[in-house]
Amino acid sequence: MLRFILMRLVKAAIILIAILTLNFFLIHAAPGDPAAVLAGEAGAADAQFIEQLRERFGLDKPLLTQLGIYLGGVLQLDLGYSYRQQMPVADLIFARLPATLLLTLTAFVIALVLGTLAGVLASARVGKWSDTVISTLALLFYATPLFWVALMAVLVFSVFLNWLPGFGYETVGANHTGFRRALDIAQHLILPATTLGLFFMAVYMRMTRASMLEVSRLDFVKTARAKGLKPGIIQRRHIFRNAMLPVVTLAGLQAGQLVGGAVLTETVFAWPGIGRLMFEALAQRDYNLLLGIFFVSAAMVLLFNLITDILYRVVDPRIRVAS
Amino acid sequence: MSDFWKRFSRNRGAVIGIVILAVVVLVAILAPMLFPQSPWRMVQRPFLPPLSMNQYPLGTDALGRDVLAGLAYGAQVSLLVGIVSTVAALLVGIPIGALAGYFGGAADDVLMRFTEFFQTVPSFALAIVLVAIFEPNIQSIIAAIAIVSWPPVARLVRGEVLSLRSREYIEAAILSGQTSAAIIWRQVLPNTLSPIIVLASLMVATAILLESSLSFLGLGDPNMMSWGYMIGAARTVIRQAWWLSFFPGVAILLTVLALNLIGEGLNDALNPRLARRGK
Repeated sequence: MLRFILMRLVKAAIILIAILTLNFFLIHAAPGDPAAVLAGEAGAADAQFIEQLRERFGLDKPLLTQLGIYLGGVLQLDLGYSYRQQMPVADLIFARLPATLLLTLTAFVIALVLGTLAGVLASARVGKWSDTVISTLALLFYATPLFWVALMAVLVFSVFLNWLPGFGYETVGANHTGFRRALDIAQHLILPATTLGLFFMAVYMRMTRASMLEVSRLDFVKTARAKGLKPGIIQRRHIFRNAMLPVVTLAGLQAGQLVGGAVLTETVFAWPGIGRLMFEALAQRDYNLLLGIFFVSAAMVLLFNLITDILYRVVDPRIRVAS
Repeated sequence: MSDFWKRFSRNRGAVIGIVILAVVVLVAILAPMLFPQSPWRMVQRPFLPPLSMNQYPLGTDALGRDVLAGLAYGAQVSLLVGIVSTVAALLVGIPIGALAGYFGGAADDVLMRFTEFFQTVPSFALAIVLVAIFEPNIQSIIAAIAIVSWPPVARLVRGEVLSLRSREYIEAAILSGQTSAAIIWRQVLPNTLSPIIVLASLMVATAILLESSLSFLGLGDPNMMSWGYMIGAARTVIRQAWWLSFFPGVAILLTVLALNLIGEGLNDALNPRLARRGK
């Protein structure tokens, strides 16, 4: 197990270095001289200042040396400087990271729990009306643009019904503390987390349903039935456990999409996470910040993938034995 | 072929999908005739609610532009980006997958590590970065969507080629002295066509969603009216004018739904063995 984790960490490190290299060349591919772009971002573009920037960031050195400087900087958690926000990129991102983690993890749990439940339910009633309803809903959620469903949720639950806040992370100026504050944040979390989770809920539902049906046709299930086991026990212990394996794999692979979706959800709900930060960076053409966020979200995805790989080994004893 | 149509038309969802898609395609083609004037032009007072004037059944936006005309021109952008970016992704993914699967060994290793890299990177974030850096326009949007969507094609084709590679007719072709290129092109690829067609129809749907998401964030082509842009522009006025974001969203939903339904129908019709097993 330790060897496996180590191997995976090495692989993740290689991918991260590749992403950083890509980032580096993207900044250089951006139209215009990077120093002029930086100067533009700082709001002062006289020749002397541009020359200073060039020296400070080593832009007068050969490209490979610059790449070395850049990679070395990232190792020390230096992701560059955002002239627009007048702050180091790393500080900006780490201040916003907790909000995004809270949002994506909540959305993930909602999607996984409701998605698999609905999938199991539909598979147990194949062809009946409850299966039709669940499958149709899944088909719809699967085709709905994330940002649109978020806007519609604000319209219905926040504007028309006035049930839930449709904006921000907590009530501005309320100054709640402790439990009251947690409750306030939870209320603000419901709409963004649910709308972000809808698409993934549909994916897990379809996967669970298909996988349950697939497994229920296997020989060992017939044996279990022939032994006279109760249908409920067969469903839970024999079919469900095996059917969950592909769902876990898929869930891990989709971590990246969840982070991407957060950009849209956070933009609609003014949720103060890195997704919203990315939108702000876009609006201001703040390339340093944009690439910093891209790097951090890729690192998050790699971490998610590693966790699911480990979970997978815990869930499926066959893989543990095989390695 | 007639078997294929029989199976396809038995699938109710797929038929509904075809009908919806046909309407969208028709609207996209007829847009310049139905709305000869630019969708960017101000035609009435701003925030005209839907159904209040016969001439503008879906109302007008914050700048008094016709929402229905916007929807019609938006269909062009969605279909164009969806189809062209999918074709581009196939042109990248098929050769990579075919080479990796056919030659195996080191070539396979290198190509698959390359593919894995693009699969691990968060695709939407990468698309945002690419479009932002290369300036938002229709070419950069299509290129960015193609770059983030080719890996599944490569993996699929590799798997198919790998399983065909050891068949006797391929061995016979090798013995008969055909070149690798000829074998891949004439013997292997034609047999991988049906799963590629299914995947491609689903990719067009995903590409349309991606394009609308990018335009929503303000990364659309500034010269082209698109559904995502309409929703993005209406975001801040949602409390006053719900219809501005509602209708374009329905248009995206229906188009994507139609393509997904068609994809499933194709899958059932092209892989009858699988379809029966699923029943």
